[in-house]
Amino acid sequence: MSTLEIKDLHASVSTDDGPKPILRGVDLTVKAGETHAIMGPNGSGKSTLAYAIAGHPKYEITSGQVLLDGEDVLGMTVDERARAGLFLAMQYPVEVPGVSMANFLRSAATAIRGEAPKLRTWVKEVKGAMSDLGISEEFADRSVNEGFSGGEKKRHEVLQLALLNPKIAILDETDSGLDVDALRVVSEGVNRYRSPENGMLLITHYTRILQHITPDFVHVFAGGRVVESGGPELADDLEKNGYERFVREAAAAS
Amino acid sequence: MTTPEVAGLAPELAGAKEGQGEKPVLSAGERFTSYDVEAFEVPGGREENWRFTPLRRLHGLHDGSAALDGRAPVTVPAAEGVTVETVGRDDARIGEGGTPADRVAAQAWSAFPEATVVTLDGTPAPLTITVEGPGAGSTAAGHLQLRTTPFAEATVVLEHRGSGVLADNLEVVLADSSRLTLVVTEEWADDAVHVSAQHLSVGRDATLKVVAVSLGGDLVRVSPTVTYRAPGGDVDLVGLGYADAGQHLEQRLLVDHAVPHCKSNVLYKNALQGRAGTTDAHTVWIGDVLIQAAAENTETFEFNRNLVLTEHARADSVPNLEIETGEIVSAGHASATGRFDDEQLFYLQSRGIPQDQARRLVVRAFFGEILQRIPTHGAGALPALRERLDAAIEAELAVTGV
Repeated sequence: MSTLEIKDLHASVSTDDGPKPILRGVDLTVKAGETHAIMGPNGSGKSTLAYAIAGHPKYEITSGQVLLDGEDVLGMTVDERARAGLFLAMQYPVEVPGVSMANFLRSAATAIRGEAPKLRTWVKEVKGAMSDLGISEEFADRSVNEGFSGGEKKRHEVLQLALLNPKIAILDETDSGLDVDALRVVSEGVNRYRSPENGMLLITHYTRILQHITPDFVHVFAGGRVVESGGPELADDLEKNGYERFVREAAAAS
Repeated sequence: MTTPEVAGLAPELAGAKEGQGEKPVLSAGERFTSYDVEAFEVPGGREENWRFTPLRRLHGLHDGSAALDGRAPVTVPAAEGVTVETVGRDDARIGEGGTPADRVAAQAWSAFPEATVVTLDGTPAPLTITVEGPGAGSTAAGHLQLRTTPFAEATVVLEHRGSGVLADNLEVVLADSSRLTLVVTEEWADDAVHVSAQHLSVGRDATLKVVAVSLGGDLVRVSPTVTYRAPGGDVDLVGLGYADAGQHLEQRLLVDHAVPHCKSNVLYKNALQGRAGTTDAHTVWIGDVLIQAAAENTETFEFNRNLVLTEHARADSVPNLEIETGEIVSAGHASATGRFDDEQLFYLQSRGIPQDQARRLVVRAFFGEILQRIPTHGAGALPALRERLDAAIEAELAVTGV
């Protein structure tokens, strides 16, 4: 059973004016079988948390720890983290012109699984996963994310989630930019991934996606750290009353 | 500043200075051409035409000091629909493709011992022509003409290999309504120098597709000039170059639209990887497109992209578009030079793909757009060539562990 532990994590982003601290002591533990929602206002550092865990070079960890099943994640390269079982569904998936989706998915699956999947079963597996998400087959020949609409990009992030089946998935604003139908299809895909073996960290600004994906825990993120934790009812409170109270408190604390 | 006079320049060749001097010509249409090497001044290195080229590495091709007594054998296999002739410069067909526009091309024209004329008739099978360098320490001048008959459809691979220094002219003369796919590869040994002028002359409704692949050699400078003899011509020039530490790869193109209803499309991509402690890897791309007043309904686009893989590399890119008539379908040009896109690498790595493999994916994808123009199935298929070039690029990537 997998566990992701984030302990007193501090991180800053490099800017033209030098490093700017964003994360200010994040503590969070995600266990297999659990779905955690992280909710917070814009600029609170939610996405930074996601990218810092994935190892984006723009963010520097200044102190703290991230452990996956006791292993030090921060000492790993980006690809090692992925092979260790972490996955980040990005808010803005990157276009990679000239690399076909089919080639990309197979390269990724080969890296994650440690061996090239058998061609015949692989084709079937990909087709099935694509059809589950309402992705047309022609996308396999298109360049990674190139010219995809916002919704198509998000479907492909969830497609990768399905095929790579990570231990812990971090979904960064996977709901943003989706219309109602796309939100339903994407949420169904995410729910298929959920299992007693898999843990999930769902980062979102709005409660909308939580009507489709019920979290076990809800955390409010403000001023670069978790300021309050609770059950699904906390999301309802945020829906009614907004983030204002937390933003004020975070501002007062820093 | 006064321009130095050149002794022995005939008064009627006063225009020879245009484009050869330090003041660039105002229009690509005004550039001077001549078969006679002495009509051109010896370049000093500051001329527009030569300012990117390291003259010291030309082994005297530019100043008359090269002996040019070597031989660069041209091998053309016998095949149906292919006629091969060896002719002198007095053959009436020589020069049909165009006239030299720089001193090295004129030098080659003045010095070549014999010319090879290859005529393609009907629908011959893909033909591979090999040009072998004159050998290390030797200099040579060469001349090759490819010509099609009306309605011919052909695919030709022109491979350059071996060592030594070669200056040559390649004439491609497309008869009306003929179609030629031409792949030119520069797969030289490390010491080789190749300065080549390509004269591409396109007949009425003829179609020319050129794929230029520049991999080997110390200095390779190729100057293709496209001219259209009649309306309806369609030309696609694509190229890729992979410059390693110390390598100089230069591509100078001129597409001269002088007649109406012709198309041209240019796409060149270069990757560069240098190394500390030696001369920079250097690519130069000059893309001139001229749309003359008579060339109504022209459709043209040119694009150069350079991917700088490491430090110690320099990519120069100069697109020029001259338009003398507004009555055209479209005209555009673009140039972009960049490093590896860190976001692309991060995305691929975040899916578990190791960094070296991610970089290879990106470089292969970068060149894929060019290599896919080499057909792997159908009548003019060249699957073995495509495979060899894929492998050659893999090998280049392995050099610095990119």
